Amino acid sequence: MNRAAQILVPLAVGALALLAWEFSVRAFDVSPIVLPAPSGIWEAFTAHFAQLMGALWTTLRISVIAFVLAVVGGVALAVLFSQSRIVETALYPYAVILQVTPVVAIAPIVTIWIGYDRIDLVLLVLAVIVAFFPILANTTLGLRSADHNLIDLFRLYGASRWQVLWKLQLPTALPYLLGAMKVSGGLALIGVVVAEFAAGSGTATGLAWTITLATRELHIATAFAALALLSLLGIAIFFALTWLEWALLHRWHESAVRREV
Amino acid sequence: MLLQLSHLTKTFANGVSALGPVDLAVARGEFVSLVGPSGCGKSTALRVMAGLVSPSAGTVEFPGGRPEIGFVFQEPTLMPWATARENAQLALSLKGVARDEANARARAQLAAVGLSGFEDAYPRELSGGMKMRVSIARALAAQPKLLLLDEPFAALDEQTRGELNDDLIRLWREQNLTVVFVTHSVSESAYLSTRVVVMSQRPGRIVDDISFARAPQADASRRFTAEFTDNAKRISAALRGGAA
Repeated sequence: MNRAAQILVPLAVGALALLAWEFSVRAFDVSPIVLPAPSGIWEAFTAHFAQLMGALWTTLRISVIAFVLAVVGGVALAVLFSQSRIVETALYPYAVILQVTPVVAIAPIVTIWIGYDRIDLVLLVLAVIVAFFPILANTTLGLRSADHNLIDLFRLYGASRWQVLWKLQLPTALPYLLGAMKVSGGLALIGVVVAEFAAGSGTATGLAWTITLATRELHIATAFAALALLSLLGIAIFFALTWLEWALLHRWHESAVRREV
Repeated sequence: MLLQLSHLTKTFANGVSALGPVDLAVARGEFVSLVGPSGCGKSTALRVMAGLVSPSAGTVEFPGGRPEIGFVFQEPTLMPWATARENAQLALSLKGVARDEANARARAQLAAVGLSGFEDAYPRELSGGMKMRVSIARALAAQPKLLLLDEPFAALDEQTRGELNDDLIRLWREQNLTVVFVTHSVSESAYLSTRVVVMSQRPGRIVDDISFARAPQADASRRFTAEFTDNAKRISAALRGGAA
């Protein structure tokens, strides 16, 4: 299958589905409170454009900052773990506890601690908690996966710990980290959305709160428009990270090899 | 004397007695092959020489001071994210040699192993034999006095193996190396070495120490001479005696 077909075929399926959706809603006279037609969603989108873009920006901004913090923090902690077994033994269980506790359950407490007047910070903290663990776990594994013979060779040539880390362990961990980033990028967005549902909205109105408000007022078409924006945001994050992975790995890593069969 | 092993033994933490006691002296300029059955501790002996494994008892001494050591593993063990040149200059960049000089020396060694034009290739773009050549260039770029090789050609096809045997002899001559070469191949040791040290099954001890009258030449026709066959027979006989 060539490249054009790979893009056109799914697009055609999407277009057909939208047409079928539009046709069915009209044919069976479905109430817009139950299921709005695509055209209705588009009208809601244009009518509430400024509000939706503001919400999109809020969700995007918090997701990206949370993701960056999760990556920086996760890698930093993984490096610390790789340098000291005792630190790893001491802290890893708590990282796991943070990971397995549902964010929805922590949200009200975090909201009280930080305050309703700084909801965007609440969302940020909760999203970081959600996105953090895959980075930590995979990078820790990656840092420990360096070829033992190469470690011996570095020792033979008198390499410092820093050189082993910088020139051997971190490059070894890079594919693991990039894989984790694709998971965490999505999780950061999910974290912001779930946190917003759980913590509500004071100072910040993201897409999740827009959906909550719209459904309360039975503006289902607006809710769908916000939902569509959330999906597009998730897809954009995924593609951006897939591109990053390609850019950093395609020259040397097995995952990027195109094989002819 | 470059290297002196005295009453060397190695017992691993799990209680396996891998080696020795072994006494072995290697003189400057020798090409010594360590031959023995699988698991006889010959790789362990090599790692002890390199200082990568500490002996349980006995000593490793370098009477003239510890020389620069190059090590080649059974697998090429290249860094996949680095080009052939970057791999070859590993030791130099770790030691803080200036970039231009490291670069030039890596290029020179890649040329010496026949890889001119492949400096910017990544390991995945190279064949098994070429990767092993990069690995040898990496070991030589640090300008070692002592080159240790741990069954480096075991995974290669016979043709490539023969070519690399000849290359190794050439490099040994041109760069005034002292080589300790671990192999389980009788013919390889007979072809390459000035001296073959035959080891017994685990825990490996030296059962025979055979020096050859003539220094090895990079000349494949030697493989069909009576002298070569006689040498190989002597090594085989020593191996069988050691295994009994």
